[in-house]
Formats: sequence, C-alpha cells, structure tokens
Amino acid sequence: MSHYSKLHKILDSGQFAVTAEIGPPKHASAHGIRHHAHMLKNHVDATNITDCQTAIVRMSSIASGVHILDCGIEPIVQMTCRDRNRIAMQSDLLGAYSLGMRNVLCLSGDHQKFGNHPTSKNVYDVDSMQLIYLLRRMRDEKKFFSGEEIKEHEPRFFIGAVANPFADPFEYRVDRLEKKVEAGAEFIQTQCIFDMERFERFMEMVRARGIDQRVYILAGITPLKGWRAAKYLQTGVSGMLVPDSLVNRLKNAQDQKREGIEVAIEQIKYIRENVKGVHGVHIMAIAWEEVVPEIVERTGLFPRPKADLE
Amino acid sequence: MRLQYSPNVRIVEMTCSGNIDHRVILNAFEEGADGVFVAGCMEGDCHFLKGNIRAKKRVHAVKKLLDEIGIGGERLEMYNLSSAQGSRFAEIADEMTARIRELGPNPLTGVGAACCGCSKEGGAK
Amino acid sequence: MIIAQQKPIKDIAAMVSDCRKVALIGCAGCVTVCLSGGEKETEILASAMRMMRRLEGKPLETVTFTATRQCDPEYVDALEGLVKDVDAVISLACGVGVQYLAERFDKWVVPALNTNFIGGSRVHGVWEEKCGLCGDCILHKTGGICPIIRCSKSILNGPCGGSQYGKCEISKDVDCAWQLIYDRMKKLGRLDKLMEIQPAKDWSTSRDGGPRRAVREDVMIG
Repeated sequence: MSHYSKLHKILDSGQFAVTAEIGPPKHASAHGIRHHAHMLKNHVDATNITDCQTAIVRMSSIASGVHILDCGIEPIVQMTCRDRNRIAMQSDLLGAYSLGMRNVLCLSGDHQKFGNHPTSKNVYDVDSMQLIYLLRRMRDEKKFFSGEEIKEHEPRFFIGAVANPFADPFEYRVDRLEKKVEAGAEFIQTQCIFDMERFERFMEMVRARGIDQRVYILAGITPLKGWRAAKYLQTGVSGMLVPDSLVNRLKNAQDQKREGIEVAIEQIKYIRENVKGVHGVHIMAIAWEEVVPEIVERTGLFPRPKADLE
Repeated sequence: MRLQYSPNVRIVEMTCSGNIDHRVILNAFEEGADGVFVAGCMEGDCHFLKGNIRAKKRVHAVKKLLDEIGIGGERLEMYNLSSAQGSRFAEIADEMTARIRELGPNPLTGVGAACCGCSKEGGAK
Repeated sequence: MIIAQQKPIKDIAAMVSDCRKVALIGCAGCVTVCLSGGEKETEILASAMRMMRRLEGKPLETVTFTATRQCDPEYVDALEGLVKDVDAVISLACGVGVQYLAERFDKWVVPALNTNFIGGSRVHGVWEEKCGLCGDCILHKTGGICPIIRCSKSILNGPCGGSQYGKCEISKDVDCAWQLIYDRMKKLGRLDKLMEIQPAKDWSTSRDGGPRRAVREDVMIG
C-alpha cells in the first residue's frame, strides 16, 4: 500500500514511532525552530508544529512546517478549530499540502481566554471531530467540506487526532476516541501522561474494544524541568493529572532537571514494555527541545528507521 | 422616658426596613438630606423574617450608587436596633449627626435648583 | 427572556452630557423581570443622573416613563408626546428597544443597558445563559442542554480535553456543558446517541446568515 507520509510508513511497518514537538516563536524569525529541527532531525520520525498553543500568537504552524521540512524533518501540522472557519481551514490545508506537509493533527484548541488575545472572538465553525471527518472525506471522496467535488489534486493527508485520558468524564474518553476513529483519525497522540495508572486503565478499555487495532496510538510524554512545572500542570491546567508523588519526587531531587529527564525515560521504557496497544511516543518537551535526543537514545529508540517515501 | 437626641433628625416611618426602596433613599438626598440612616430591627428578629437583611443589601447598593454619583456613600448607613432600645436610637442619631457634620452639608445644596424647602433642614431618617 | 444589565452610570451620563432635558424610557418586558430596566430602575437612574448633573453645575431635567414593550411599534408610537421636547432619549430596554425608539423618533437615542444574553433566572438575582439563538435547535440530541452556548467552544461532539471535574477549562465556576450532557444521557439510558457524529452545523440559520426575520402570513393584518 502507498503511504501518506513517512510517519505513516513507519507506523505501518510496525516500528515504534517517535515524534516530538516544536513550538513556533512569537516573532518572525525561523532561526530558533530551524535550530531545533537540526537538533532533532536524526532522533525523531516527525515533529508536531503547534498552532498558536494556549492561544498565544505565534508563527503559523504551516509556515513553520515549511522551515522544519527544509531542515529535513517531516512536520505534523497542528490545526485547531479555534481560529479558522471552514473556508480558511480548507484554504490552509490546500496550501499546506502544496508546500509538502503530509500529516495534520486536528484539535479543538485551547480557549482564547488563556492566550495573549483574551478579547478575541473564537470560531469553532467546525469541531475537531468534524474536522477529522471532513479532512478524510476531502482525501477519500475528493469533496470540499460543503460536499462540492474537488476536481483534481485533492490533499492527501495522514490524519491525526488527540485523546486526553485524563480529562472527564473518564468513561466517555474511550467512546470519544472511538468516535474520532470512526470519523477518520488514523493516528492519535495523547495528552501528557503523568498518571500512569490512569493511562493503563484507559488503554485497557481501548484494547478491550479493539481500538488499538484500528488506529496508531502515540503516548504523550513530557519531561518536566522541576517541581514547579509539575505543580503548575497539576493545579493550573484543566485536563491534566499530575500525581503528588511525581511533584514530590522532583522536589526532593538533587538536580530537578536531571530527574525530569529520568522520569520521562522511565515512563517511555515502562510504556514500551508494559502497555500493549501503544505504537509510539510523542515527546512534548515544552521549551526544552534539546533534551529529546538524550531521551530517545537512552530509551533504545535510536537510531530511527529510514523510511523514504517512494 | 424623654430622651434627647439631635433635633435635626427627621423620622420617616416605614412598615418594615425591608420596605425601603432605593428610590426612597435617593429621594431624601435629592431633596436635600445631608445624611440618611436606616434603622431596622435586630437581625434575626424581623417580623417578616428577612426584611432587615434585604434592607441591608439595598442600603449597600445605594451607598455604592451615591459614591458613583459623587454624593458619597458614607452619608448613608444602616443600623439594627430593637424598638425597645430608645437610648440606642438617640445614640445613633447623635453619632450619625456627628458624622454628617464632619462631612458637611449635602453637596447638592447650593448647586443648581433646590427641590424644596426641606433641603435646608438637613437630616432625614 | 432577554437578560440585560445597566451600564456604569458615568458612561450613560457621558452619552448625554450636552443635553439639558432627557426622557428615560423603561420597558415593562424582559428587563423589568431581570430588574435592569423597569419602572423602578428607570426612576433610580433618573434620580441619580439628576443629582450627578446638579453636582456638575449643569442641572438635568428628566421625564420618565415605562413602556409596555419597546420592541413593538404600537407601544413606541405612544411615546411621541413624551419625547417631543427632549434633547435625548435614554432607553432602558434591550438593544431591540433602543433601535425601535431610534427608528421611530428623530432624536438622539442612547442605551442605558448592555444586552447580555437570553436566559432564565436560576434563583432571584442570578440569571444564566441558556440559548445561543442558532436558529436550528438540536436540544433533542443533547439531552436538553445546549452545547452551542453552554460549551465555551460550541463543540457539537464534546467534551473537549479541557473538561475536568465537571468544569470547563475556562473557569472552575463554569460547568462543562458536555459533562452535563453526558450525565443526562446516561441517566436517560441514551448514551448510544452520543456515539453519532454530529455533522458540521449549518450556521446560515444563525447570525452568520445575516439579519433574520420571521414571518407568519396567517396572523398579518391587512
């Protein structure tokens, strides 16, 4: 079968995938992201490019994706439903494909209240579920969101979605994941996992329903720089679960940053060995991209497989 | 018992402090009162259960409004006392009179058209 | 009903700072029920404005009246004599009332209220938004809870990943509408309904389609 992207090919070959995340800058220079891309190039299969995460204005995920691609990494373009209506979304998707983007991750997006433009208007013309469905239909049925035919050169993206096992209602999270798979999601990246017990319960339900056979699941891992970061995620971000034991472990560590890296490494090793149905990891080293190579190397995930698209 | 209290206090009787409308208080100020105090029953002793609690909230709202328009919320106060506390009433009347004297006359007096003669008489309850 | 709240009095005063006589027109409809623009609020505002202006040394003359409804030409027409010789009309109605007055009279008509939402009273003194006026009701699909307006992202296939402990990511004081929908569907034994993917909404029946109009030929007179 032909593959939509390099990431698709690696996942399809049954190899444990590694993706990372690069956050675009709050200015108009690509210097930093290009630096990060060069640093991560040999250690990951693809990198997500966030789309104005936490509703803070940053360089566009598609424009940043062009830089990343130019540096030799396959981008996963994130697209939120917060800032664009269906006209802008499709226009951007056509443009992204023309620029060589092959993976799109569909998300709702954080509410603008959290960002640097809290007085802006949000869009949510379509929600993430609908975006997944319409994106798949664009590719497989050659139709615009409206149903109008795309006469030629339809964009053929590998379609990703997110799942948050730590949000509520917990028992509905697996249903919603299944709904996303029904809609057309082909790979899933999860929210940052800190509460392993809950993640395992989630995966148990996923396996029981055979969802892991229908979609590639990449477990979200975030190395923490210290206990304050852990505490912030625990108390300040809705939809995150950070156990006290983790906060304390970091607090009591001699070198908190080191400890954060060790925790991430342990989590990845644990997931690979013990949690069935996980097809890869997604390392979100928030503003700490430089630790990704070490984490990848020390978890035995290096070197990364070659997967050139035919 | 004939208690002495400041002669500048004019009493407006209401059936219950809970019956006090924002407009009654504003009207007193607009007509020239230098200060207003609302005397309600002791909390917990309201014949209508919550009349005095409601009065307190309204007085609070009108204080804010008086601040906004420049009359000054400190010219209005709510007190709770029982009908048997005559001496307490006299004390409050004097206390409020002293406070208002300190603040001076209603800033409306002397500017624009006075509404009626009563504006010269000062306090109203 | 329509829920509205009074603007800061200084803002209202600034709109008519150059006027000597104004009419304050209340409305006996929704804004009376939500205690922002009825007879009582109209008189309070008039009194407060008169005092404010006297303190500024620019006395303001006011006339007050509360119309049965400002959103109906029949009751607006009746105000003609009242507003004849005023420099401005302050409407204490929702945005609809203000516009009906402005349309009917060649006067400077200003709003005293901010029109907030349509909703109901949770308890006396607390009003909450319930309907997003989308023009194509889907409450039968969501257990009687409107995600268009009660979900801060208007998500039709929720809840998003920001829902935790029953609350929305925007505030611990805001219920997650999709948690409420989930709980209710579960209680009604209809969780299977939530597995259906709700298609992208046709927003043309909403504000996005331009100003809307409803016509009932059978009740039109003449």
